[in-house]
Amino acid sequence: MSLTNKLFHYDDLQAQFWRTDFPLLKSRVHDKPLIYLDNAATTQKPLAVIEAERNYYLYTNANVHRGIHSLSLQATEAYEHARTTAQHLLNAASSSEIIFVRGTTEAINLVAQSYGRSRLHSGDEIILSQMEHHSNIVPWQMLCQQTGATLRIIPVNDDGELRMEVFAGLLNEHTRLVAVTHVSNSLGTINPVAEIVAQAHRHGVPVLLDGAQAVAHLPVDVQALDCDFYAFSGHKLYGPTGIGVLYGKAALLEAMPPYQGGGDMIRSVSFAETTFNSLPYRFEAGTPNIAGAIGLGVAIDYLNNFDWEELLAHEQSLLTYAMQAMSDIPGLRIIGNAREKICILSFVLEGMHPHDVGTILDGEGVAIRTGHHCNMPLMERFGVPATARASFALYNSRHDVDVLVSAIQHAQEVFKQ
Amino acid sequence: MSELRELYQETILDHYRRPRNAGRLADANRVAEGYNPLCGDRIKLFLKVDDGVIRDARFEGNGCAIATASASLMTESIKGKRADEALRLLEQVHHMVAGGGSGGGVGKLQVLSGVHEFPQRVKCATLAWHTMKAALENVAVPVTTE
Repeated sequence: MSLTNKLFHYDDLQAQFWRTDFPLLKSRVHDKPLIYLDNAATTQKPLAVIEAERNYYLYTNANVHRGIHSLSLQATEAYEHARTTAQHLLNAASSSEIIFVRGTTEAINLVAQSYGRSRLHSGDEIILSQMEHHSNIVPWQMLCQQTGATLRIIPVNDDGELRMEVFAGLLNEHTRLVAVTHVSNSLGTINPVAEIVAQAHRHGVPVLLDGAQAVAHLPVDVQALDCDFYAFSGHKLYGPTGIGVLYGKAALLEAMPPYQGGGDMIRSVSFAETTFNSLPYRFEAGTPNIAGAIGLGVAIDYLNNFDWEELLAHEQSLLTYAMQAMSDIPGLRIIGNAREKICILSFVLEGMHPHDVGTILDGEGVAIRTGHHCNMPLMERFGVPATARASFALYNSRHDVDVLVSAIQHAQEVFKQ
Repeated sequence: MSELRELYQETILDHYRRPRNAGRLADANRVAEGYNPLCGDRIKLFLKVDDGVIRDARFEGNGCAIATASASLMTESIKGKRADEALRLLEQVHHMVAGGGSGGGVGKLQVLSGVHEFPQRVKCATLAWHTMKAALENVAVPVTTE
């Protein structure tokens, strides 16, 4: 390790400071300090988010959009305030374009079953990419079975980037939708989504972006991107599990049939006829995850306290440092070398299966993910059954990379014995 | 962590690096597949069974050290055993890795006992064994221990 690596790093000290906002990061695992590097699976939560959910149940709990009583009004205000907060995070034109869902998976299923099922027919085509998470593959496969539409796949190059020249050729008069991920969950690749949207729109094709891995690491502006749908999960953005957002352009959402039927999504019901509520409520049947939405709002507020430039600089400097440190390990191969990527490092070690790596790293207090990361087609593309994946967040530092590297070296020693 | 040394004993690593009975068995009359999709562990087991006795066993596949070593050790220990004896051995191994049993009577398979301290790895250690059961019972669909 070079001397400069050991020198004072401003952003590293910052991260050590930010880390104190997250109570769980004080934990020990196997009597070692926890080094949490599984942020692409889920991030830890700042105390403010944990307290927001707790306080909701302590002081505000009531059902929303129903009651005349004060508590119900307060709960409704807090819930709708969270919607406005999410609107501002994505820079959506209106809060009625923000639909609360369970997470990215439900958001994509909603679009597939509402938008897709009402419009797609036999012979139509949906374009996905080879790096999609299963949650952006399976809902479309189900839709294809229902409608007779087919999937077309944008391939990925050896560095883990979309082959845009192939994409251009896939767009044709049969294309009805493009659904791609903003950021790859196993490679870290940031896709050229603005370009994808522009090209698709030239063919009159709407685009859904899976923002699950993007929102905590990049500023997102749905109006600038001009995407038609954008989906993300709260729990990957330092928020609670079980809450997420589907953004959709109002004109598209207005024309879509409901996804689920029930309370809150109706205006009036008789046995003869039901009229549906306006946006966004038409897509929020049943009592929603009120506490989760409020927690998500607070998580977004927490993120808003940061200067994006500072955050991006920190995570990019961490990526550069980690890529260098990992490349120096003999027998380690990094899967995903895109020019534009966030701080996610998938790797395989010669002569070791990722699961053995994961077990030994856990013994050192280092939490990483091993397996196919819900990316089985992508694993096949790179000829590996699984990888080990270290994924970073704002509270990670160079120290965490150093511990990861020593833990990997320790794993190699165990296997050399 | 001494539990780690217990898990990755020299014998386990040796069987991982140089699996015994690796490859296909041309005259197999019982074949079954095991697949743990979350892990990616995959095994295809070939048995030659005559008069209720396992005369030969080979396997191919791709898996972690625990899954591979367990398959390798298993093929060594079931050769020459009657099917019912092999299934009893499965019960003993399962009891040892999942239940923390002493593993008395399993002979050198005792090296797998360290898995007990790692509940998330029990499925790796038992995949080959459940695949053997499926082979003996002529189960056509891949088995899983996840």
